[in-house]
Amino acid sequence: MIEIHNVHKSFGDAPILKGVTCTFETGKCNLVLGGSGTGKSVLLKCIVGLLKPDIGSITFDGTIFTNNKVEIRQEIRKQIGMLFQASALFDSMNVFENVEFPLKMLTPDMSRAERRDRVEFCLKRVGLEAAGNKMPSELSGGMKKRVGIARAIAPNCTYLFCDEPNSGLDPLTSIKIDELIYEITHEYNITTVIITHDMNSVVEIGDHIVYLHKGQKLWDGTKDEILNAQVPELKEFIFSSSLVRAAKRIEMEGGSLEEIRQEPSKDI
Amino acid sequence: MVKVFGQFLLFLQSMLVRTERVKVIWNRTLDEAVLIGIDSILIVSIVSAFIGAVTCVQIAYNLINPLIPKSTIGYMVREMTILELAPTITSIVLAGKVGSSIAGGLGTMRITEQIDALEVMGINSSNYLVLPRILGSIITFPLLVILAMVLSILGGYLAGTLSGAMTAQEYVEGIRDTFIPYNIVFALIKSVVFAFLVSAISAYRGYFTVGGALEVGASSTTAVTHSIIAILIGDFVLAYTLL
Repeated sequence: MIEIHNVHKSFGDAPILKGVTCTFETGKCNLVLGGSGTGKSVLLKCIVGLLKPDIGSITFDGTIFTNNKVEIRQEIRKQIGMLFQASALFDSMNVFENVEFPLKMLTPDMSRAERRDRVEFCLKRVGLEAAGNKMPSELSGGMKKRVGIARAIAPNCTYLFCDEPNSGLDPLTSIKIDELIYEITHEYNITTVIITHDMNSVVEIGDHIVYLHKGQKLWDGTKDEILNAQVPELKEFIFSSSLVRAAKRIEMEGGSLEEIRQEPSKDI
Repeated sequence: MVKVFGQFLLFLQSMLVRTERVKVIWNRTLDEAVLIGIDSILIVSIVSAFIGAVTCVQIAYNLINPLIPKSTIGYMVREMTILELAPTITSIVLAGKVGSSIAGGLGTMRITEQIDALEVMGINSSNYLVLPRILGSIITFPLLVILAMVLSILGGYLAGTLSGAMTAQEYVEGIRDTFIPYNIVFALIKSVVFAFLVSAISAYRGYFTVGGALEVGASSTTAVTHSIIAILIGDFVLAYTLL
């Protein structure tokens, strides 16, 4: 479980996070939802230690991460897997070497054969067992995300962070990536935190959702609760999607998507 | 200016704390040394051979006094090559080639979040990425400078004898005249210092790239410019203090 308590972060005079407090539970897909520029990625970078919060604390399963000793922070970091927005695969290594890299660096006691088995297992798990020899430049966007996930889970991570895993992907591939993250989270009982502004992800895999607006947490709950949330900013965000708006109307009034598509958009 | 220098020193310090295993760094250093060294052999060879040839021809052109022996040409080529041309010009050439490569490579890694990926894994990215590049440069620059010395003197020999400016015997006589071994040591000290300056400055510029592809290009350009200025300042300081 990851606990965020009263985290503030500013860049110069511009406050980005204004006292965010929330909890991300183990074995669940925790989504941080919000529009562009609301501080989602900054919050993620604070959690994984790429940025230092000005005020506030972040705790991983009871161990304080912020302002703790370097050794303790390093130990926690070794349990973190992260899928970056642009995958961040190492250009100079092929797929196999990319997935093997954290094992080589973090588990020096592991034999070469054990490493190979683990890499093959992870690549198989994400459906890329035949792509080991390919270079990152030869992969599609979806394949890069899969390799990123394989690299993240290779060292048996306890915490998985995904920064907009669907960005740049078509809807079908997005759903596959979402499903993969969801399955891995529940299969290995990982604490997963996903930064997104994709409502499809919310509906598909949002076990627990935190909504950020202008650097503050305005709402949190489950995917079943979000459509009935009474926070105006959240409602505006959710129903800015025509698809969600239509789905909501069908749920409330009946009818079909085609009928609604013909109508001019109107506020909920 | 002072702030940038302070950041540069902190950057160098960050390479030396929280270090990765010696074996990992050593293997990376060898990889970098091969990349820097092998890839630079051709350009260093061409530049140094022609510099030696041109130096020889121009000295011969200016040396019109019949009282000065022709062997002086060989002597002057040797002195200029060993003391200045081989270490300094080779390092300036390498600043353009290796420096831009280091800055561009690290800059690209920065903007594509590869450096962040290393940090999230708990790996000291400056130690893992930058230290091997600096050590690789320190290993290969002196070797390339020795190669440049040899080829420059050979270039002078070929230019001098083929153009008929002097005989082979006169050139070799000049090359062997009043040789001071310390000059070789001085040249190698210079090459080590220049290797450090080029690789560290370029790595600093690349590592802290902010923005996109345009900024990576700007980082490379700045890295080369600053490296060359640093080489020239270092050249003067070393000549003043060690000669």
